[in-house]
Amino acid sequence: MRERDDEWTGLMRSAIAGDSSAYHRLLKAVTPVLRAAARRGLARAGQPVDQSEDIVQDILLAVHLKRHTWDVTAPFAPWLFAIARNKLIDALRRRGRRIFVDIDDFAETLPGEAPAETASPGEVAAQLQTLPARQRDVLQSIAVDSASIKDTAAKFSMSEGAVRVALHRGLTSLTAKLREN
Amino acid sequence: MDTDQLIRTLAADNAHRARPVGFALMLALLAAAPVSLLMFFAELGVRPDVMVAMRNPFFDLKFAVTLALAISAIAVSLHLSRPEASLRGFGWLLLAPVGILTAGIGGEMMMPQRLPMMTRLVGKNSWVCLTAILLLSLPILAGALLGLRHGAPSRPALAGAIAGLLSAGLAATLYASHCTDDSPLFVATWYTIATALVAAIGALAGAKLLKY
Repeated sequence: MRERDDEWTGLMRSAIAGDSSAYHRLLKAVTPVLRAAARRGLARAGQPVDQSEDIVQDILLAVHLKRHTWDVTAPFAPWLFAIARNKLIDALRRRGRRIFVDIDDFAETLPGEAPAETASPGEVAAQLQTLPARQRDVLQSIAVDSASIKDTAAKFSMSEGAVRVALHRGLTSLTAKLREN
Repeated sequence: MDTDQLIRTLAADNAHRARPVGFALMLALLAAAPVSLLMFFAELGVRPDVMVAMRNPFFDLKFAVTLALAISAIAVSLHLSRPEASLRGFGWLLLAPVGILTAGIGGEMMMPQRLPMMTRLVGKNSWVCLTAILLLSLPILAGALLGLRHGAPSRPALAGAIAGLLSAGLAATLYASHCTDDSPLFVATWYTIATALVAAIGALAGAKLLKY
């Protein structure tokens, strides 16, 4: 557990320093832990666990957009679990159940298995369709076609700066829309 | 979009750097302050005998109390804007203005008084005091909440209440320069009621606006 936490903290520090691949690895590493906790939370609330992926994506978006509130001198895991706990409680509440989520749910979790083939497109995918065309195109190009920022810029004849702006605005409004619903 | 695709997208946005919450809060307060200042100078203004009043330690004490409230509430607000933070270890900061005010009341008690206690407590401006602090703090509260939206507080209503304290502290600092009631008893009563009202408004607004 300790080793894992130190590794996460190290990756996040590199990410903040500008290392995108460290950031990618970190998000990959935390996702199974978040997924397992979301499943357990849903199961305990008597909700179908196949909604866990929506909650995981919600947490990942919040982690991304609030990462400037992480203190680089502090360990990463308590910060991550605080956000995850907040989002999980929020999600369960919206599904109509008040439930107590223990912070240890996250800390002592074995990675959950990947979800079965996602049948539903999910909340993030649904909200993606409601974004302005430019933001949606950029997000889809990077997410679905796994194009780089450079390739995306070339594809839509935009500058790389404009792609970056559209990407960040898209993620921000996606998160805002998820919160409204 | 499946989760792997989302992660790829987030990693692509890693270059984006957000400003610290303190910076956003400062900008928002700087934008809101002129509105309150304008309201203050249009409707109230500094009291005419301010040069004489400044020699009265109880006049100066009002600013010590209100500024201590504003500064400690700013510090607590910024602390609470982190998701893993709680009031523990930080809440005592908010006792600073209470301590200063209590010392002031004690000091006044020991001095010979021309006016009876109740007269000093009720004062001449209690109604103006309440409404002025309340109204002057609203633009500041709006700004503070806007700035703090940049953070990620685990308890949005609590964070909103502290934003209310911050706004009331700044608004009361303005109002104190207008008010001719300098007794710490007056401050402890009416400033406190006004501050509690603003904190309640902040809590209600924060519960909605500061959720992330």
